[in-house]
Amino acid sequence: MAERGDTLLSVEHLTMRFGGLVAVDNLSFAARHGEITALIGPNGAGKTTVFNCITGFYKPHVGRIGLCHGAPALWDSLDSLTASGRRSTKSSDGALYALERMPDFLVADEAQVARTFQNIRLFPGMTVLENLLVAQHNRLMLASGYTLLGIFGIPSYRAAERAAIEKARHWLDRIGLLHRADDPAGDLPYGDQRRLEIARAMCTDPILLCLDEPAAGLNPRESAELNTLLLSIRDRDAASILLIEHDMSVVMEISDRIIVLDYGVKIAEGTPKEIRDDTKVIAAYLGVADKDVAKVEAEVGL
Amino acid sequence: MSVSSHSDGAAPARRFDAVHALKDVGFTTLIAFGLLLPLVGFLTVTDVRNDLILQTRFPLLFALTASIGISRLVYLMSVSRWLALRAERPVVAARPARFDWSAIAARWFIPFAIGFVIAYPVIVLLVKGREGAVTWVDNFGIQILIYVMLGWGLNIVVGLAGLLDLGYVAFYAVGAYSYALLAKTFGLSFWILLPLAGCLASFWGLLLGFPVLRLRGDYLAIVTLAFGEIIRMVLINWVDLTNGYAGISTIPRPTFFSIPFNANDDGFAARFGLEFFPIYRTVFLYYVILALALLTAFVTVRLRRLPVGRAWEALREDEIACRSLGINTTNTKLTAFAMGAMFAGFAGSFFAARQGFISPESFTFLESATILAIVVLGGMGSQIGVAIAAIVMIGGTEILRQIDFLKQIFGQDFDPTQYRMLLFGLGMVLMMRWRPRGLITRRAPSVFLKERKSIAGDLVKQGHG
Repeated sequence: MAERGDTLLSVEHLTMRFGGLVAVDNLSFAARHGEITALIGPNGAGKTTVFNCITGFYKPHVGRIGLCHGAPALWDSLDSLTASGRRSTKSSDGALYALERMPDFLVADEAQVARTFQNIRLFPGMTVLENLLVAQHNRLMLASGYTLLGIFGIPSYRAAERAAIEKARHWLDRIGLLHRADDPAGDLPYGDQRRLEIARAMCTDPILLCLDEPAAGLNPRESAELNTLLLSIRDRDAASILLIEHDMSVVMEISDRIIVLDYGVKIAEGTPKEIRDDTKVIAAYLGVADKDVAKVEAEVGL
Repeated sequence: MSVSSHSDGAAPARRFDAVHALKDVGFTTLIAFGLLLPLVGFLTVTDVRNDLILQTRFPLLFALTASIGISRLVYLMSVSRWLALRAERPVVAARPARFDWSAIAARWFIPFAIGFVIAYPVIVLLVKGREGAVTWVDNFGIQILIYVMLGWGLNIVVGLAGLLDLGYVAFYAVGAYSYALLAKTFGLSFWILLPLAGCLASFWGLLLGFPVLRLRGDYLAIVTLAFGEIIRMVLINWVDLTNGYAGISTIPRPTFFSIPFNANDDGFAARFGLEFFPIYRTVFLYYVILALALLTAFVTVRLRRLPVGRAWEALREDEIACRSLGINTTNTKLTAFAMGAMFAGFAGSFFAARQGFISPESFTFLESATILAIVVLGGMGSQIGVAIAAIVMIGGTEILRQIDFLKQIFGQDFDPTQYRMLLFGLGMVLMMRWRPRGLITRRAPSVFLKERKSIAGDLVKQGHG
């Protein structure tokens, strides 16, 4: 099985264009098992586009995105998988997926990559509990015999539904929303909606959880709670996290590795400490050329 | 500053402003006159030589315009002032009632309603006798129940899955023609053909769904509308099979465990030693459609609590989020489409069996629009709301047909059914003003942890197609 630090996701030469605009340009990076990898960069750097490519919402123009369940030795078969034209290869010690070939719902269902959205996408007219049950759709669908048996209320479906509710209850407890289980999701305050979206993604049992700005709009206390939640997801639930975030208190504190994008190009990669001291990164965030960084920093008193 | 402007704004409401009111009345009268001049003022009639002659009805026009003006004046003098005064009054918090009548009504409404529809033919028979009951059971019972069933079927597609389908009547037609053709050609019985017609209709639902369901919103609506028309055109033009405009007649009627309802010696009445009356067949048909409608309701209620039903509603709420959770949205939409089409197929085959005659005339766009109006007026996704809307809309039309006393007022030429669309439009306007999301807007959750709280309608999305 995969150990902490093995490569989980490998993005190679990813390029995505919208008309004349190159949103992501020849980007390569890897995310590792059991780690939190952060993707940062100024607005419009192409971070969400990368997410959409990984989760199958966009089809990249160039590049491949591999995801490995299980033993790292599987990575050796990535070239043969690419040549075969298939979406995935499975063996006794795991599976390897070519995510760029998979439609979005299969990325979530088979490759077990869950995601949240920058602008929260809950089901506002359904209760909190229902939101978490929809996330367990595929397992429940199987248990209900693709609806045919479920109509007659067979006991095995009822058992599966109880298990699903139990799991939802577990996650509601983790995010502290158990008392709001029967309220419509659209009635929750903003911070609770953010946490619920993470819980909903976790109910799909993901191997990789992609979070698009989970701390946006949270106050400092909520951000700190989010840090605890994300660390517990990494450590207790064995889910690796890929994170887009602007809130540096979140990024610097919990990330194991950080990748910095600017205008669709990777400009730096490393541990939080390395990134903090990188002139190129500071230049990108300040919006000035590299050589002027020292001058501008002196001006603003950094 | 704000205080003084408030009192300025409130003062004219309390004092009656004659100039303002007269201006308003004049304007209203002018609009009414402009609208009614072409609608009421002129009338074209064909004379003996088949020429079209223009007649004028100015006295009626002036009478109507004057009555509208006077009503407006009365409204301004009484109702609108009362409303303004009420708006100023501080809101008093409602005291908790000792007896929560609404909860009791909600608890007993469904059992009472089901009991009533089961007992309905018996009540009518007791009141009207065996001769007079036919129209009541047929026009008010069967006719309404067909539309209740169609409304519930379309409710799956529009109300739950949020897919706007303007061609629903196509599946109704597929069901009706399936039954008519198969029964006439192969002599199969109603009870074999009923599920078969449902299967064929849902097969056509799938066939249409595959290319169409990647469209969203307005585009989906237009393509489904076109599909409905295509089916009708095929029925009209494929004369060899469907007999075109002339339609199919002498369709075999359903039998009671293979005992036909006729006056022969082996007929229902003779077998059971009863005197022959057409009411027996009507009552039998009533219970058949009642069972079919209740089956539709039961299946829909069950489906809502299954993962597929929850996925339909999630799809209506947010399709992209569904895909991010691993739900195959194409398949989910197709199941909704096929399920809705299947119930339309059941209703269609029942319709053909009940009428004994079908033609493309019965499957026009107006039918689709009526069914959709029932779903929208009832409140999308609400079973009870849809049933009430069907009763009001279809029953209302039938009542217009039945009322005779208006003829004594307006003369023998007066035909109330001609005002159906006018009343329908008025109803629509009133609904859009006071209940824009339908009669029953609250959504009951499909599952709960501690207590079942219904969800306010404004949180529930209506789907984007």
